Amino acid sequence: MRTRRIFLKESALAMAGVGTAPLWLERALYARQDTGARRKILVAIFQRGAADGLNVVVPHGEKAYYRLRPGIAIPPPTGDSARAADAAIDLDGFFGLHPALGPLKPLWDARHLAIVDAAGSPDPTRSHFDAQDYMESGTPGVKATGDGWMNRALPKTEADASPVRAVALGAVLPRALRGAQSAVALRSIDSFQVRDPRAAKAFEEAYAEARDPLMRATGKDTFEAVALLQSIQRQGYTPSGGAEYPRGPFGESLRQIAQLIKSGAGVEMAFADIGGWDHHVNEVAQRPGEGLLANRLAEFGGALSAFWRDMGDRMEDTVVVTMSEFGRTAKENGDRGTDHGHANCMFAMGGAVKGGKVYGRWPGLEPEQLYQGRDLALTTDFRDVLGEVVARQAGSRSLQAVFPGYQPKPVGLV
Amino acid sequence: MRNRSVGALAAVLALAAFTGLKAAEQKKRTAEAKQFLDQIRGDDRIRQALNRLTFGPRPGDVEAVRAMGLRKWIGLQLHPGEIAENPVLEDKLKYFDTLSMSGGELVRNYPTPQIARQMIEGRIPFPEDPGRRLLLIKMMEKYEKRQAAGGDPNAAAQPGAPDMQTLSEIVTPAEARALRQGTARDRMQALLALPPDARRRVEMAAGPQQVIARDLMEAKLLRAVYSNRQLEEVLTDFWFNHFNVFLDKGADRYLVTSYERDAIRPHVLGRFRDLLEATAKSPAMLFYLDNWQSEGANSVAAGRGRKGARGLNENYGRELMELHTLGVDGGYTQKDVTEVARCFTGWTIRNPQRGGEFVFNPRMHDAGEKTVLGVAIPSGGGIEDGEKVLDILARNPATAHFLSRKLAMRFVADDPPEALVERMARTFVKTDGDLRAVLRAMIESREFFSAGAYRAKMKAPLEFVASAVRAVKGDVETALPLALQVAQLGQPLYRKQEPTGYSNSSAEWMNSGGLVGRMNFAVQLADNKVPGVKVEPERGARPGGVPAGIELGSPAFQKH
Repeated sequence: MRTRRIFLKESALAMAGVGTAPLWLERALYARQDTGARRKILVAIFQRGAADGLNVVVPHGEKAYYRLRPGIAIPPPTGDSARAADAAIDLDGFFGLHPALGPLKPLWDARHLAIVDAAGSPDPTRSHFDAQDYMESGTPGVKATGDGWMNRALPKTEADASPVRAVALGAVLPRALRGAQSAVALRSIDSFQVRDPRAAKAFEEAYAEARDPLMRATGKDTFEAVALLQSIQRQGYTPSGGAEYPRGPFGESLRQIAQLIKSGAGVEMAFADIGGWDHHVNEVAQRPGEGLLANRLAEFGGALSAFWRDMGDRMEDTVVVTMSEFGRTAKENGDRGTDHGHANCMFAMGGAVKGGKVYGRWPGLEPEQLYQGRDLALTTDFRDVLGEVVARQAGSRSLQAVFPGYQPKPVGLV
Repeated sequence: MRNRSVGALAAVLALAAFTGLKAAEQKKRTAEAKQFLDQIRGDDRIRQALNRLTFGPRPGDVEAVRAMGLRKWIGLQLHPGEIAENPVLEDKLKYFDTLSMSGGELVRNYPTPQIARQMIEGRIPFPEDPGRRLLLIKMMEKYEKRQAAGGDPNAAAQPGAPDMQTLSEIVTPAEARALRQGTARDRMQALLALPPDARRRVEMAAGPQQVIARDLMEAKLLRAVYSNRQLEEVLTDFWFNHFNVFLDKGADRYLVTSYERDAIRPHVLGRFRDLLEATAKSPAMLFYLDNWQSEGANSVAAGRGRKGARGLNENYGRELMELHTLGVDGGYTQKDVTEVARCFTGWTIRNPQRGGEFVFNPRMHDAGEKTVLGVAIPSGGGIEDGEKVLDILARNPATAHFLSRKLAMRFVADDPPEALVERMARTFVKTDGDLRAVLRAMIESREFFSAGAYRAKMKAPLEFVASAVRAVKGDVETALPLALQVAQLGQPLYRKQEPTGYSNSSAEWMNSGGLVGRMNFAVQLADNKVPGVKVEPERGARPGGVPAGIELGSPAFQKH
C-alpha cells in the first residue's frame, strides 16, 4: 500500500516536472518526517471597526466602569451558574473575560494566553481608516509610509523561499503585508488554482515569456504557489484535536492558516481579519451576555480556540497576536452602544507566550484618568507588543527598520 | 515640437549631472527619458488611444478610428455631448429605476427597516406603487418577528436569497421553484426571465437597500462595456475615485447615486473649481468625511453647551487638502487643516437619514477670523468662508501639479515624465482649471504616444473585466456577475472604504491571487461560462489561432 506521502510526492512532482521540484516543495512533501528546527510563525489578527475593549476584557474591579455603563456593562463574575452566561469570567480578581469568550478560558488557565490592556496606537485619530492604516503601516501619524510592518519584519528572502512564506486570507493583500518582500493574498487554498488544466499550462508558458520582468517574476511566484497549494489541497484536511471552527469567514480563515502551516509549506507570517466591531448601536442586548458584541466575540473566541486545538504542538513555534484600530468611549452612548475612543486590549497566544496574566499599567476610569475626559488612556504602545513578538518570531531584524522612528520597549510577554 | 522635446531631454540630463547622481543612475534616467521621446507609429497610435481613453478596444474599433481619423476621434471623445449614445445601453439602463431617483426617493422606495416601520406607523408616506407597499409591510412583519426572537437587527440589511414563502407571495409557484433550483446560472436565468416588475420585487425581498448598490454596480459595468462616450466613462470613474466616498457608510447608501450623477459626471470635462464645489456641497461627501456634524467652538450651537455637542471635526479639511487638491506635500500645515475645518463648519445636511440635501447652518458656523495658507479670511463670514477656501485651493499651483501628475499616472505611465506633468500644470493654471484643456494637452503630447507609455500600465480589475468583455463582444444580460468578479479581483465598486480611493499604480494590481483570478475569468468568459454574459462561440474558439481565453488571461492583455 502506498502511503499518502508518496502519492502526494508523485503527484506534486508530476506537476512541477520530474527532477525540477523546488526545495520548498520537497520540504512540504517531507514535512511530516521533518525533525530539524522548524520555522517560527507569527499570525496577526485585525479586528476591523474598533472593538470595545472594555467589554471584551471587563475591568469588573473598577467601580467607575459600572457607573459609566449603567445599561451595557458586563456584570461581575458570579458563582451562580444560572447567571454565569451574563457575567464576566474572572481572570485575576480585577479583570474578566466577556462571557462569549468562554472558549479562551482554558488557554488562559494553561498560561498560553496573555492580555495587554490599555494598549493601542498613540495617534489621537478616531477615524477608522486612518487608525487602521497607521496600525498596519506601523507608523502612527505618518501617512507616507509605503509598506507594512509585517512585510518589513520578514527576514530577507533566501534563495528558493516558499511562495507562501507570507500569506493573507482575503481578496487583497492587506496594508500590513505590502512591501518589498513577496507576499500572497488567498481567498482560499481551494480557489488558488487555474481551473482548466490545459489553460494552466498555456498560461504558465506565456508568463514565463512575458516581456515585463515584474510580470514574469509575479507569474513565476504564482505558478509555484499554485503547485504548492494544489498539492496541499489534494491531501485533504481534517482539523486535529477535534477542533471545530465556527461558521463564518473568520473561522474559515484560521482553518486555512492552520492547514497551510501544518502542511509544512513554509509559512512564516499570516494575516487574517474579522470585521463588524463598530457597535454604535445595540452593542449589548437586554441580557448582558447577548447582543452584537457577544455575536462577534463568539466567532472570534471560538475560532482562536479551535485554531489552538487544531495546531497542536505547532503552537510551540507560533504566536498569534490580535489588534483593533482603537477602543471605544468609556461611557455608553444613548443607543446601547459606544462611540470611537482610544486605548484597547490586545491578545497574544502561543506556546512561548507567558500567559495567564494581564500586562500593561491600568490607568483607571475616573474622570481625571480618562484620555480627553472620555476614553481609556493608553499606557502601552501597540508597537511594544508587536516589536517583542517580531523580535522573537522573526529573528534578528532590527526593530528600528520594522518600526521606523520608534524604539519598542519589551512588555515581557514572550 | 521636436526642439522642445530635445530641450526637455537636455534639461533632464543637466539636472541629473547637477545633482551628482551616480553614472549608472544617470544612464538609467537617460534611457527612461528617451523612452518617452521615442514615438510609436501607425495603428499603434490608435491602439494606444483606445487602450487609455476607453475601456479597451472591441473588434473593429481600430479600423473604425482609422477610417474616421485619430484626431477627429479624440476630439469627439473630448466632447461627449456630440456623440450619440448607444441605444443598446440606453435600453439596458431603463431597468434600473434607482439611477434617476433623488436621495429622498431612494429612501422611500428602498427603505431601511427603521424607515419602513415609520411608514407603517404613518409618519412618512409609502411609495406610490401598491405592490411595493404590500411587500414592505410583509417584510416588516417578518423582520419584527425575527427581532422579537432576538435576531441580529442588521440581518434585514444583509443580502441573501428570499425564502420560498416570501417568493411565493411575489411570483407564481413555478417561478418561485425555478428561482430556488439548479445551478447559480439556472437561478440567474430564472430571475432574468421574470417580467421587470416581478424581478424588482424579488430583488427587493432580498434586501431593499441592496438594490441601490446593485444598480450602481451594474450600471457602471454596462456603461463601461457599451457606452459610445468612453472617455467620459473613464473620467467619471477616475474622478469618483479621486473624490472617493464609501457606499456602506450609513446614510451614504442613499447618497452615492446622486453624488456620481450630479456632482461628478457633469464636471469631468469642465472646470475643476466647479467639480470641487459640487463634491464639497454633496451630502455624500459631507456625510462620508463627517463635516456635516462639525461645529465651530465659537458657534451658537456649541455655545449652549448642550449635551452631545460635537465640536470641530477636521476629517474633511484634512482630506480636502491632502487628497482632493494640494497633495500631501502641497505645503500646508496642521494649523491650516484646523483653519480650513473652521471655515467649513455649518456645511451640513438636512435630514441625512432621509436622503438629505446640502444646507448651510449658520448656528454651527465658527464666524471668527481664519487664516488659510497665509490668506486672511475676515470674521463675520458665513457660507462664503468655505467657498473662499475652495477658491484658494483650486487656484494653488500645487493643486495644478498634483492633479496633472495624477491624471498622467492614470493615462500615461506610473511614473510620468516631469516635463509632461509641468506642461499639463501650466495649462491648468492658464485656463483656470479647464479639465478638457488639461486632458487635451496630455493626449496631444509626445509622451502620450511614446514607446515608454505604450502598454506600460497594468489594468485595474474594472478595466480588465470590461476590456475582456469588449474584446470578445460579450452580450451582457446582467452585469452583476461581472461586478462580483471585479470585487473578487480586489476592487469592490463604490466600496473603497478609505478616502484615498483605489491606487492608480500598476504595482497595486500585480499580485499572485489577482493573476490567478484573472486567468480563470478569462477562460470562463471565452467558454461562455460567465452567467449573464453571452459570448458567440466563434469569438471564444478562434479556430487556428490562440484561444481567446488564453489571450485574455495572457500577460499582454493585463496591460494597456
